[in-house]
Amino acid sequence: MRRLIVAALAAATVAVPALAGNITIKGSDTMVRLGQRLAEEYMKKFPKSVIQVSGGGSGTGIAALLNNSTDICMASRDMKPAEYSLAKSKGIDVKRYSICLDGIAIFLHNSNPVNELTLAQLKAVYTGEVTNWKNLGGKDAPIVLYGRENNSGTYVYFREHVLKDEDYSERCQTLPGTASVVNAITKDPNGIGYGGIAWATTVKHAGVKINDTTAAVQPESEAVSNGSYPISRELYFFTRGVPTGETKDFINWALSPEGQKVAELVDYIPLHAEAAAANMIK
Amino acid sequence: MDLKYNFKPKSKWREKLGEKFIAVNAFAALIGIALIFIFIFKESIPIFTDATVHEEVTIEKMIKPQVWKEGQEARYSWQPNSTVPKYSLVPLFVGTLKAALIAMLFAVPLGVGAAIYSSEFASKRLREVIKPVIELLAGIPSVVLGFFALIVLATILQDSFGLTYRLNALNAGIALGLAIVPIIFTVAEDAMNSVPGSLRDAARALGANPWQVSFTMVLPAAMPGIAAGIVLGFGRAIGETMIVLMASGNAAILSGSFTESIRTLSATIAAELAEVVFGSPHYNVLFLIGTLLFVFTFLVNLGGDIVLNRLKARFQGRTR
Repeated sequence: MRRLIVAALAAATVAVPALAGNITIKGSDTMVRLGQRLAEEYMKKFPKSVIQVSGGGSGTGIAALLNNSTDICMASRDMKPAEYSLAKSKGIDVKRYSICLDGIAIFLHNSNPVNELTLAQLKAVYTGEVTNWKNLGGKDAPIVLYGRENNSGTYVYFREHVLKDEDYSERCQTLPGTASVVNAITKDPNGIGYGGIAWATTVKHAGVKINDTTAAVQPESEAVSNGSYPISRELYFFTRGVPTGETKDFINWALSPEGQKVAELVDYIPLHAEAAAANMIK
Repeated sequence: MDLKYNFKPKSKWREKLGEKFIAVNAFAALIGIALIFIFIFKESIPIFTDATVHEEVTIEKMIKPQVWKEGQEARYSWQPNSTVPKYSLVPLFVGTLKAALIAMLFAVPLGVGAAIYSSEFASKRLREVIKPVIELLAGIPSVVLGFFALIVLATILQDSFGLTYRLNALNAGIALGLAIVPIIFTVAEDAMNSVPGSLRDAARALGANPWQVSFTMVLPAAMPGIAAGIVLGFGRAIGETMIVLMASGNAAILSGSFTESIRTLSATIAAELAEVVFGSPHYNVLFLIGTLLFVFTFLVNLGGDIVLNRLKARFQGRTR
């Protein structure tokens, strides 16, 4: 759904005549809101620049970057080896800039009595070993799994870090976009889902424990940025070669305290100040 | 009435030009379709020929159940982005057929019934309302129907039947049915309307009541048209993408249950093509699915055509 709306918006903005200093940003659905807010604030500050942001998914953004149809690609995962070698074969030296952090929250229905889960429990749930909430301290009801499309960056991250590269249960329903996942959990008392924390407002976040002996950690800004929340990741901007001009200015601004503040306002987690400064393009 | 037929003699070269123009157009359309098919098929060829692709996927792996983990029984699974990519097409096929079956069970009685009512029983004024309204349904974008199924229909079905999965084959099938009712209705209605009034009068003169006229005379006479509508509807149900993408849950489960989630062929292409690495085995498999859908709908239409001609021949009393 969201992908379509964004595509429509993108199509609408294409009609605006191109100006000098025009930047296009494309990619991860998880990062669309971040990209849009950063662009908005940047354009307020520098009225002469025009920045177009659209979603479509990390893979779409990477393909667009390699086909020279976007200046910056947003991606919630690193590029795959196949994608790196494709870039190399095209003679493109891809540069990666970590822009901010994101926690992957576990979404539960508000009425669900379960409040916290260990990583091992999460793995068992998503691989289909545990199929009833009563095994996790909840009521006697089947667990209904929701996840992302198998090409989403979030899907890949979750499989690597929570499922330890095992397969998702085939009963896991895959939905396009984190917003759809949140919407599904809102309507399904037995549902469980995952996604970037910036999206969830109508569902409960489960606390996540590394193992039985540690305390449960809520996916909050502080916990993600100091590394105590176990499922968090970096969100990236990719460019073709070291960016110059407007693109460079924009990325550096996004990494400045001002840009990081904007990210924080839309519920993404800012980088540590030193890390952000170190990431800036010289 | 003052009808004036005005046949102006046309110059020969203009007629020739017009003829050529139409022929060129027809051939352009044919070539266009052929090129599309060649492109889709070309992208799936590496599956048959390329050795590096065969390390990841073969036709056998797509059709037969595979043992993926030691000690586990052989199974059909679609997990193309797994560490060991799995490309079984069987659950996708079954899912597609499940959705289409429910859609047909829902849409055929509704569409044909509405057509019978509109053409045989409704007053002229009522028909003038019913027909455009149902045909207007065809104009609803499928994304809107999908959204309706996702938000409203899924909740209604879950609450009334106590289903575990909100998004399932039933939900997707009914939404799909809504999309094809207008197709079946329009074609069937036209077929019944074109049964000559003189036949109806003759049946009535023999003492048949309106029910007998409709069911024993008009319905069989219009059967080829109705069958065509049903075949068209089925073709659409197989290929429709947006509704199943939104309403089916997209879980590739192989089962006979209609209350579990399904994943269809077309939804798989829509969901995965946008992000797949170009030229990878996964990319080739998605194009193979496209080829299969193409062939499948072609066969359905061809089969429909043959049945249609047979029926036509039978009802018109022609023998070969």
